[in-house]
Amino acid sequence: MTSLTPRREDFADELEAEALSGKARSLTRDAMIRFRQNKAAVASVIMLCLLILVAIIGPWLLPFNYEDPDWAAFRAPPSFESGHYFGTDQNGRDLLARVLYGTRISLTVALIATMVSVIIGVLYGAVSGYYGGRIDSAMMRFVDIMYALPYVLFVILLMVIFGRNIYLLFAAIGALEWLTMARIVRGQTLSIKEREYIEAARAAGQTPFNIIWKHVIPNLAGPVVIYAALTVPEIIATESFLSYLGFGVQEPLTSLGTLIAEGTEVFEVLPWLMLAPGFFLVSLLLSLLFIGDGLRDAFDPKDR
Amino acid sequence: MAKPLFELKDYGVRFTTPDGEVRAVDGLNLAVNPGERLAIVGESGSGKSQTFLGALGLLARNGVSQGVAAYQGKNLIGMPIRELDTIRGRDIAMVFQDPMTALNPVLRISRQLTEVVEVHAKANKAEARDQALAMLERVGIPDPHKRYNLYPHELSGGMRQRIVIAMALLNRPKLLIADEPTTALDVTVQAQILDLFRELTAEMGAALVIITHDMGVVAGIADRVAVMYGGRLVEEAPVDAIFENPQHPYTRALLDSIPHGDRPIFEMHTIPGRPPNLMRLPSGCAFHPRCFSRQDDCRLSIPMVEASGSGRRVACFHPATETGAVT
Repeated sequence: MTSLTPRREDFADELEAEALSGKARSLTRDAMIRFRQNKAAVASVIMLCLLILVAIIGPWLLPFNYEDPDWAAFRAPPSFESGHYFGTDQNGRDLLARVLYGTRISLTVALIATMVSVIIGVLYGAVSGYYGGRIDSAMMRFVDIMYALPYVLFVILLMVIFGRNIYLLFAAIGALEWLTMARIVRGQTLSIKEREYIEAARAAGQTPFNIIWKHVIPNLAGPVVIYAALTVPEIIATESFLSYLGFGVQEPLTSLGTLIAEGTEVFEVLPWLMLAPGFFLVSLLLSLLFIGDGLRDAFDPKDR
Repeated sequence: MAKPLFELKDYGVRFTTPDGEVRAVDGLNLAVNPGERLAIVGESGSGKSQTFLGALGLLARNGVSQGVAAYQGKNLIGMPIRELDTIRGRDIAMVFQDPMTALNPVLRISRQLTEVVEVHAKANKAEARDQALAMLERVGIPDPHKRYNLYPHELSGGMRQRIVIAMALLNRPKLLIADEPTTALDVTVQAQILDLFRELTAEMGAALVIITHDMGVVAGIADRVAVMYGGRLVEEAPVDAIFENPQHPYTRALLDSIPHGDRPIFEMHTIPGRPPNLMRLPSGCAFHPRCFSRQDDCRLSIPMVEASGSGRRVACFHPATETGAVT
């Protein structure tokens, strides 16, 4: 450097040199670093992984099947000697096997329904927000109308028309959840589209589709990830609620909601039938909520 | 003289607001010749940015552009978006004011650069990459291979503006519009960036329109200057003529308000009053309430832009003909 006094550029170069030496730090990477510092969230991730692992592998390791009765043990309380660690139900089916299987179903429903809601919600919201004006009004009024329909009624109608079907349940829940996602995404898009880089992309002659796909949607990652993480527990709860009402999965298949519903009927005499699935549902929901919370703090550190 | 590259004829930009119609630009005639460097000067709200945003179809939703904004004889106003998209970004490129916000924070620089090539040139990924790296090298980014994969926030402001310029020049545009490209930068970096603009446009034979309110920038880079006030052109002349012999009272006041090292700071010359409210422009010449040489006729009708020799045009009833003298 020829000048005697250091210029700001020189320091900037040093900072850049530092950045160059490491891996490029995207905003997502920054968020992940912050996420890892959140103890409750990390503990929840471990808990969730354990639950998923147990739900996937567990049923293979058990000597009992979730649907076949053990003729030697009906209404058996939890015990180590008989191998029914969570006891059995009125039909002699091993409760642990049923709970693990129910967790599987609840998680599958949640994942599929969340994916459906994210895909529809993000595309719908981004298109609506980006085009704005009349297109936006029309698309958002449709969302308002869908909101106004009581969703239990909606699900009952679907069940009546198409019969009870687990895939229909996924679709019905996903189709309801995307509404909120679309609203959130639209709101974000409204603010993103006013940014200068969007104007720059338009000035560079990029098509609206390209701009939405390459510039708007990647910038939505933060709010979408957060909302999706909070949607998963909501869907598990919804599924449990619908199953409780009898619109969910069908016997002998089961879900956490169904198990709890059956358990409450006999809570006074066979309390383990409700407590075991209840414990699984609560730990699942809690860890998901903590993860969602951690993600929100990580992606938006100012909003704590 | 050769046919102008870009021409505005009886051009206007209007905004509909709840309080009424705003004429941000009105009755503007201006031409940009191939390879020339034109500076557009004016206060905030003089319509200098909106003029070019309007021509490229980038106005806010409530804005409308009128008249003719012709690029190589083709009127851009009312052109279907699909056709406009083949011109903007390829033939006419834009550099925005703030490099901090003109780059998408979540995409790597590499992706933002190659995208510009792929959209217009239909080049494949490898070609786009080679072109992008060559252009980064050309705009003075050290170690382009290393910086190529960084995110915008990992670079300094000057570096980012270089990247934005590289993006604009990748398709070798014939007209580059720079909207206050140095306002957000440090003074030392400003000079580097202006040099870069001068070198690169000369090298590519591109015309440059630089929108600014900084007379230092104007003196440093422009061949010709157009001064705007209240949405209208008030004076247009070669850069030397503007600085040596400004004829419109507004241009004179603007130049006079630049602080000089040989003048005590408390003698700072300012223009009295405030920039006009575009919704209620003063009658007649919009500048008359603030003008030192106003006379009665200034209030009655709007002065036409008239040629006054050696490539100069002025819109004033009582222009200063010689330095210091006012008719």
